Amino acid sequence: METMPTNNPTIATCIAKWRLTSSTSLKQSLSMALGGLLLLGMGCAGAETVFVTLEKDNALAVLDPLAGKLLTTVPVGQRPRGIAISPDNKVLYVATSDDNTIKMLDASTFKELGRLPSGDDPETFALSPKGDLLYASNEDDSLVTVIDIAKKQVVKQIKVGVEPEGISVSPDNQWLASASETTNMVHWIDTKTQTITDNTLVDPRPRAVQFTPDSQQLWVTSEMAGTLMILDVKTKQIIKSLTFEAAGVTADKMQPVGIAIDKDRRYGYVALGPANRVAVVNAQTFVVEKMLLVGSRVWNLAFSPDQKRLYTTNGVSNDVSIIDLDSQTVTHSVGVGTYPWGVAVKP
Amino acid sequence: MAKSLNLKEKSVFLKALFHTLCFFLAFIFTTASAENNQVIDIAYLTQEKTPPPQLSNLDVFIKNKGIFGAQLAISDNNTTGQFTHQQFRLKAFTVPVDGKVDEVFATQIAGKYSYLITVLPADAVLNIADTAAGKELLLFDAQTTDDALRNGQCRANVLHILPSRSMRADALAQYMMKKRWDKWFLVVGTSAADRLFADALKRAAKRFNRELVAEKTWEHTFDARRTAQSDVAVFSQIDDDYDVLVVADEQGEFGEYLDYRTWSPRPIIGSQGLVATAWHPTHDQWGATQLQNRFLEQAGRAMAEEDYGAYIAVRAIGEAATRTHSAQLPALKNYMLGERFALQGYKGNPLSFRAWDGQLRQPILLAAARSMVAVAPIEGFLHQKTELDTLGFDQPESQCHWNQ
Repeated sequence: METMPTNNPTIATCIAKWRLTSSTSLKQSLSMALGGLLLLGMGCAGAETVFVTLEKDNALAVLDPLAGKLLTTVPVGQRPRGIAISPDNKVLYVATSDDNTIKMLDASTFKELGRLPSGDDPETFALSPKGDLLYASNEDDSLVTVIDIAKKQVVKQIKVGVEPEGISVSPDNQWLASASETTNMVHWIDTKTQTITDNTLVDPRPRAVQFTPDSQQLWVTSEMAGTLMILDVKTKQIIKSLTFEAAGVTADKMQPVGIAIDKDRRYGYVALGPANRVAVVNAQTFVVEKMLLVGSRVWNLAFSPDQKRLYTTNGVSNDVSIIDLDSQTVTHSVGVGTYPWGVAVKP
Repeated sequence: MAKSLNLKEKSVFLKALFHTLCFFLAFIFTTASAENNQVIDIAYLTQEKTPPPQLSNLDVFIKNKGIFGAQLAISDNNTTGQFTHQQFRLKAFTVPVDGKVDEVFATQIAGKYSYLITVLPADAVLNIADTAAGKELLLFDAQTTDDALRNGQCRANVLHILPSRSMRADALAQYMMKKRWDKWFLVVGTSAADRLFADALKRAAKRFNRELVAEKTWEHTFDARRTAQSDVAVFSQIDDDYDVLVVADEQGEFGEYLDYRTWSPRPIIGSQGLVATAWHPTHDQWGATQLQNRFLEQAGRAMAEEDYGAYIAVRAIGEAATRTHSAQLPALKNYMLGERFALQGYKGNPLSFRAWDGQLRQPILLAAARSMVAVAPIEGFLHQKTELDTLGFDQPESQCHWNQ
């Protein structure tokens, strides 16, 4: 580590970024960057790390998004799909569907810390805002399993519709929303009583559900109807439903899946699956302002910690697209491995 | 190990608890508030079949294709129904081999049901559809592939779930076009069904500009001095060269013998080799694994096409009932044939019905025995409305005019 090569692109990008964001001298920033590098084992201070589950490679891809580089690929278990990072950024949770468990990994060393009793075939899950509970969708059993992370125990199983998939907790921790793909409903689960209080019928095959950061709205995508529905949390009703269009793409190719909404609710981003595009939706007017061409069968989305970039997993082209959100352009595409599925970001 | 067992026990206990709860809930609903709970009764009608001759011991004769699909869909519908206060009930009628389908329909189904799923051949479907009682209900045909039933002989009260022969032939032709397998050698069996499939293949060859260099009928002439090995080699030695051998043998009486035995090494496609089908055990995309798993758990065997057909038929009724909040036939039928109907069928695109002939619009799987090769419509075949309508008889070509 003493003889650091000066042409390392990771370090170069890191230094460039550092210079842009601070007034410290190059020498100082270099030493800080190196210090950070030694501490973290990879990347550098100020740079984030992107984790992508590779469904067919049974592995986790680790990326330096600023350098646009794949750093390493770590074996993680059978058919990894859903992924999330703890609020303190120390623990990665990975649903290894064919191992029927959710694995806890150290977010720096990738050592396995433990396994959570997720029930059969876990695919997607959500963490409570404090990070103490994990809610997993059990697609084959029509259940949502509530897990106490510290105790590694199932607290409750809640019966929902057929093939629950998308799941999200409101940032104010009032509601857990679970969407069932074949029942075509959003189930509203009161987080205090852990029971369903309301059901909203939505368009066919709902995939992702995402609360706005102010907890006022729930955004829901329908893969089959090709719609994005905005639900009002108070009334549980659909207040707006919108479709997507792009030249040369037929309506049935527009299959919305993953959603990301920025912290000020200025823009929401919707992955459109086999349409190979991410829609930029004005989150105040609900007008689709732009369509960004990304890789094939774009699946899930995640923001950088400063929300200046968006990372997409592209299931068929086996890469991650990096979108610069200031200019709303796709800047990089990084090959990661076979069937990239979920994505999480560590600052 | 002990931990996982505990969890399993727990889930079994929870399941039992849930079922008990459901029972009580159902009890309360049926006794206390019948008006809150809409009941949708669906009849299922099929006839027992005698096992046909089999070429391979691996293809076990399945005598109950269809029913498990219908039952699984009823259970899926009722999971939704517990939130929408709708209850779906299925009653299955199986006519013995020597029994009369018309009689069972007339005595047990006519006037009692609005929705009927049939796993029956074409003539039986038409017989029922044309009775006075048959005209009062909506019939979901989960077996036939006849193009005639979707054209000249179409009926306004019949919807067809499985893809027609022409849709399958078009799917195969699109794939052969993509592979540049331009020259076809068509081999046809002697049954009426084989000739119908051959007609569909010839129509597809014309539509997609493929060249039919030769056509031969497999006559089933048996000669004790010969084996399949020499038989097929001699049979497939023709004057013109060809890229692909296209076979029409729906019952599977000789088609499996062709592969590896032809005079020239050529791929086999059609009713054997690479086949076009509504559903296949190798299919695992778009959530299909979930349906395959649920079905396997229920039936103890892989899902057959008729099972998929019956599943989709009952799910279509469920989807229409949920969306319209109704149990009434006119409302449900209107919704099913309308533009807004979009059914999740585990094949990527939403499924809907062609309003001009009642055919379910759907992707078609192109599968080899152990591998999913492609899904039609193949990329690049374009259509102004939906690429799914590049398969089979499109609206301008249709000879079905029950709308007028």
